[in-house]
Amino acid sequence: MNRGRKCYILGMKLLMWLSAGITAALTLFLLGYILLKGIPYITWELLSTKPSYIAERIGILPDILNTLYIIFATLVFVIPLGVGAAIYLTEYAKNKRLVGMIEYAAETLSGIPSIIYGLVGMLFFCTFLNLKTSLLAGALTLVIMNLPTVMRTTQESLKTVPQSYREGAFGLGAGKWRVIRTVVLPGCVDGVITGCILSVGRILGESAALLFTAGIAHDLYGLFEGLSNSGSTLTVALYVYAKEQGEFEIAFAIAAILMILTLLINLAAALISRYFKKRRSL
Amino acid sequence: MKKKRVFENIIHGIFLILGLVTVGFVLLITVYLIISGIPAIREIGLFPFLFGRTWASTAAEPSYGILPFILTSIYGTAGAIVIGVPIGFMTAVYLAKLAPKGVKSVMSAAVSLLAGIPSVVYGLVGMIVLVPAVRKLFHLPDGASLFAAIIVLAVMILPSIIKVSVTALEAVPKEYEDASLALGATPAETYFRVSVPAAKSGIAAAVVLGVGRAIGEAMAVMMVAGNVANMPSLFGSVRFLTTAVASEMSYSSGLQRQALFSIALVLFLFIMLINAALNFFLKRDKEGGK
Repeated sequence: MNRGRKCYILGMKLLMWLSAGITAALTLFLLGYILLKGIPYITWELLSTKPSYIAERIGILPDILNTLYIIFATLVFVIPLGVGAAIYLTEYAKNKRLVGMIEYAAETLSGIPSIIYGLVGMLFFCTFLNLKTSLLAGALTLVIMNLPTVMRTTQESLKTVPQSYREGAFGLGAGKWRVIRTVVLPGCVDGVITGCILSVGRILGESAALLFTAGIAHDLYGLFEGLSNSGSTLTVALYVYAKEQGEFEIAFAIAAILMILTLLINLAAALISRYFKKRRSL
Repeated sequence: MKKKRVFENIIHGIFLILGLVTVGFVLLITVYLIISGIPAIREIGLFPFLFGRTWASTAAEPSYGILPFILTSIYGTAGAIVIGVPIGFMTAVYLAKLAPKGVKSVMSAAVSLLAGIPSVVYGLVGMIVLVPAVRKLFHLPDGASLFAAIIVLAVMILPSIIKVSVTALEAVPKEYEDASLALGATPAETYFRVSVPAAKSGIAAAVVLGVGRAIGEAMAVMMVAGNVANMPSLFGSVRFLTTAVASEMSYSSGLQRQALFSIALVLFLFIMLINAALNFFLKRDKEGGK
């Protein structure tokens, strides 16, 4: 082997190791730094109270609840829409152009930046539908954002339902709707669960789309009262505390919580996909 | 029997509507952006709006030129691509071809974690670690600058670039590589001269996806770029298209508010162009990979 070739091979290998090293180091740094700076400030008082000027304390209980409410409301709307669209595409649609159009629309939706969702959500849900700045308006905006995800994961799982099951059911005299209800729907459970986990991750991390639709208030409400009022999720609260109020300790505490939740969600997604793969191969 | 058919048709109709909801949402977004974005462009004039060099929306004699934002978004995205793509690409080749199994699964988990970190968390670390470091390193009065934003964006697009490139590289038929190895090429030569060219459409898609992510990012950039409507310079405080919308939205009114919608429309057009390019590469990857 001549020297030029040897240099090329060595150079490429070095560059690969360097790049992979940078990626690994970055992840380790971010994880370690955020957890080390955030965890000391996570106290029971922080988690269990709301901000109070009189007591001069900041609590993030309202933000935690708002996050849960918004996740709940988004999933309630997005699951039927996403599953329905996926069933239409795999079970009903025959027109190729229509299928292409729907899939192109889904791809377009997943490419639109969240700040544009926030703007349109504000114009349409808050102003036009008169929902004001509320958790419900925020959740509906997130429904549009997460629809392609749920639709795609459901579609993937429907493709694994064997065609012979459907034919068997049809052969026994079942109508289309009965086949969908008894054969197709049970087959898409894993896709829906995967879609939900991915959506929860995305909702948890979303800020730009919620800032102008769900607002930045920190009040304690029940679920239904909460949905009709303005409120900030954990992520929006982090932004406001860091950028507008300079409360970096609180911001890092929230960042550490978000980091732990992201880890848990990734773990859940990996475990679920492994579980379903195993079950399917049985 | 007839009753049953009517019932089935109704069900079919319901699913058709659910299928069309996605298309409806895209139309809704497009129509809303166009309707709310056009009036300000008409009042200001397309040319002064797009190519005006000063943005002074709250001045006594307001001026609405968004050239600084457009250029900042382009420079910022280009910078993030220049830094992020080589690192992401090399990492992807390593993970897809060279890495031992254990290293690969740990690194994949790390990349998923990077992808899942909320953008405000990137912004926060950028604000506390990167901005002061940039200030000290380059002796600036303030470290919040285009340079800091480029670094943050480069980190944020890494996971998408790595994931999509790895998928494309893993789809390269094994026979190609075997043939090259049998001809006496070493593994490293095979990966870069055979596998990478075979996966080039998929890698191009990864880059375009990165461009889309970078140009659309708002919150992280808002926290590190300084947010002053200057013409872009590497170490100056700048404002992107996204942050221009986000920073004035809460208190704007009248023509200023309408101009913000017009900025969103410009951003939307950029994104649509990028989507079209992405689709082109993905389609070619599907056809060429087989």
